[in-house]
Amino acid sequence: MTTAAKAEGAGALPTPSAKPRKSVMGTRLWVAVLFLLPALILLGALVVYPIGYSIWRSLYDADGSGFVGLDNYGDIFSNSSTLTAVRNTAIWVAVAPALVTALGLIFAVMTERVRWGTAFKLIVFMPMAISMLAAGIIFRLVYEQDPSQGAANAVAKAVHDTFVSSSVYPKARPNATASDLKASGGGSFTTTGTVRAGTPALLPLVGIAPNKLPGTPENARAASGAGVTGTVWLDFKLGGGGTKGQVDPGEKALKGVKVEAVKGGKVVASAKSGADGVFTLPASADGGQLRLPGSNFAAPYDGIDWLGPTLVTPAIIGSYVWMWAGFAMVLIAAGLAGVDRNLLEAARVDGANEWQVFRRITVPLLAPVLVVVLVTLMINVMKIFDLVYIIAPQPSQDDANVLALQLFLSSFGGGGNYGVGSAIGVILLLLVLPVMFVNLRRLRKERER
Amino acid sequence: MTALDTIVRGKRSFAARVASGAAGGVMRVFLILVALFWLVPTFGLLVSSFRDPTDIASSGWWKVFTAPSQLTAKSYQTLLEKDAITHALFNTVWITVPATLLVVLFGAMAGYAFAWLDFKGRDWWFLLVVALLVVPVQVALIPLSDLFGKIGIFGDIIGVVLFHVGFGLPFAIFLLRNFFAEIPRELLEAARLDGASETRLFLTVVLPLGAPAIASLGIFQFLWVWNDMLVALVFSNSESQPLTVALQQQVRQFGSNIEILAPGAFISMVIPLAVFFAFQRQFVSGVMAGAVK
Repeated sequence: MTTAAKAEGAGALPTPSAKPRKSVMGTRLWVAVLFLLPALILLGALVVYPIGYSIWRSLYDADGSGFVGLDNYGDIFSNSSTLTAVRNTAIWVAVAPALVTALGLIFAVMTERVRWGTAFKLIVFMPMAISMLAAGIIFRLVYEQDPSQGAANAVAKAVHDTFVSSSVYPKARPNATASDLKASGGGSFTTTGTVRAGTPALLPLVGIAPNKLPGTPENARAASGAGVTGTVWLDFKLGGGGTKGQVDPGEKALKGVKVEAVKGGKVVASAKSGADGVFTLPASADGGQLRLPGSNFAAPYDGIDWLGPTLVTPAIIGSYVWMWAGFAMVLIAAGLAGVDRNLLEAARVDGANEWQVFRRITVPLLAPVLVVVLVTLMINVMKIFDLVYIIAPQPSQDDANVLALQLFLSSFGGGGNYGVGSAIGVILLLLVLPVMFVNLRRLRKERER
Repeated sequence: MTALDTIVRGKRSFAARVASGAAGGVMRVFLILVALFWLVPTFGLLVSSFRDPTDIASSGWWKVFTAPSQLTAKSYQTLLEKDAITHALFNTVWITVPATLLVVLFGAMAGYAFAWLDFKGRDWWFLLVVALLVVPVQVALIPLSDLFGKIGIFGDIIGVVLFHVGFGLPFAIFLLRNFFAEIPRELLEAARLDGASETRLFLTVVLPLGAPAIASLGIFQFLWVWNDMLVALVFSNSESQPLTVALQQQVRQFGSNIEILAPGAFISMVIPLAVFFAFQRQFVSGVMAGAVK
């Protein structure tokens, strides 16, 4: 049996190529029964009986004592937490299979043209071998919130910090008693008085330990001269001493702090403090108030909340794509190997570019395989459980909920409600029924041929 | 074909060739990035599993690039000294091996009957088996926990094994019946004329000839059961739980348990990955055929 033929067994059935066979010779019935008995008994007790039981049980209440009709089904579609599960399962089915198939198609077409295509396929297919538990643990680590732990946020932070300069002194604040800097909203601080040319402004800050300053800070220097100028420094001396609000020898400069001059609520000039803490504003700032904008003190960027309520489902779908793209790729690559190269070459001779060849010839020829992959993935995704259960942290589990997880939670994870659990099981079964019928129809057709 | 090829290639303009060369370069870079994207998550956990717990807590795994001396097998040592974990690992084996062997045996027997034995309603019975291919395991969780409770095997390894056998059989029968049906009739007839019984025929002709399909099925079923968490989560207890369930219980406090989870996940991955690299062909065909589950 070729891989391609077997591949079709996934969503829809392959072609059993043999014609109707008679037994080699008339076999006695009891021989056939003997060969079939173990399998049929097990199938009956472990698969067929549970289907009937679930349908019956779904019509009874939590502990099975009272008949409730279709109430359990009604509950599923009215209770807000199960409704989230229904909605998320719909999102999964709509998004994940299409995404995986598209990626698989792209990878399969591309790897055909590179020499190390086999190695690439091996790498992408490998996650298929591991458990969803292991994949879940792998991605819990990827999605860890702390950028010093989770790779995703480490990258996000690196990108963010490249484009947005991070604040240098997240915890700094003015010395309330010794300066006239007052909080002015949005994390910024503004002087109550105004600045005059020739009278250097003193902007003392506290709240950071001198040994926690980034880099090797210089000692602060009291500004002097005729311009509009001043000093931003850490008004704190290790070991005590010094006068509050005065630049004492040994006190450290705060470099790179943004200082704005404000007149009537409008910023007229701005400057940054130098290595010695001194800033110089243009003459136009004369008579304005000085403001240290909030960007100087903003908390550091600590990445994206991947597993928070809004992003948890997309994040888990991402891990699913990682696991299953290899499956789609390998199936589609097998289909691609059966595509007649002459057709593609003929189109190229006729002047079609690569995109047209791909769009108009390759994809239509692959359509049957693509459908099989899509359907298989849909069936698979409807029942998704492990990844959601492992990756979603407790606080966002409700937001990531899916039907299979809800079934488990209602019935086993402390819920104890077998009625609703059975109803969800029946719904899952109903969802795969169309595929079951397609399978059977294909098989019947093959028989009639 | 090749002659035509060169003519066609020769006619393509210089600009077109430069453009396609550039496109090829972009494609290569893209594929390399994708490959990295696929490797990095696993690599990160692998590195974490070889770091000291204090190092894990204080910095990301990528720090080993600047401080390779951080690497240590301490976490593995601690983990393998925990009785609960080694016990769970044994349970995984005790669940997986019988569940695989039984599915292969019963599946092959039924597959042979459906392919080569004559009995009334054969096609209808086979249709029923095919219908069961797509039944989700979730449907059976509640009914079987009730049934197993009544007969006293709930929480027992036997229950977990039985569940996997039941849900492994439809695919096994389907796959093997289709494969056995391809065996040339003459081979079977010759053996029968020599006076071989059905059992002998099955053991000495059908099974050896069906080896490739049996290998695919066996590998697929083995990995399916080995990697299962849901069934074991419901049907096993603290005595009989496999490694996946034992590890799952540590996930709640992910940050503080990473020194258990990282090496634990890798121990659970070693066998599947070894199977993957040793039997790539069979594995690929098995997974492709069996993804329906």
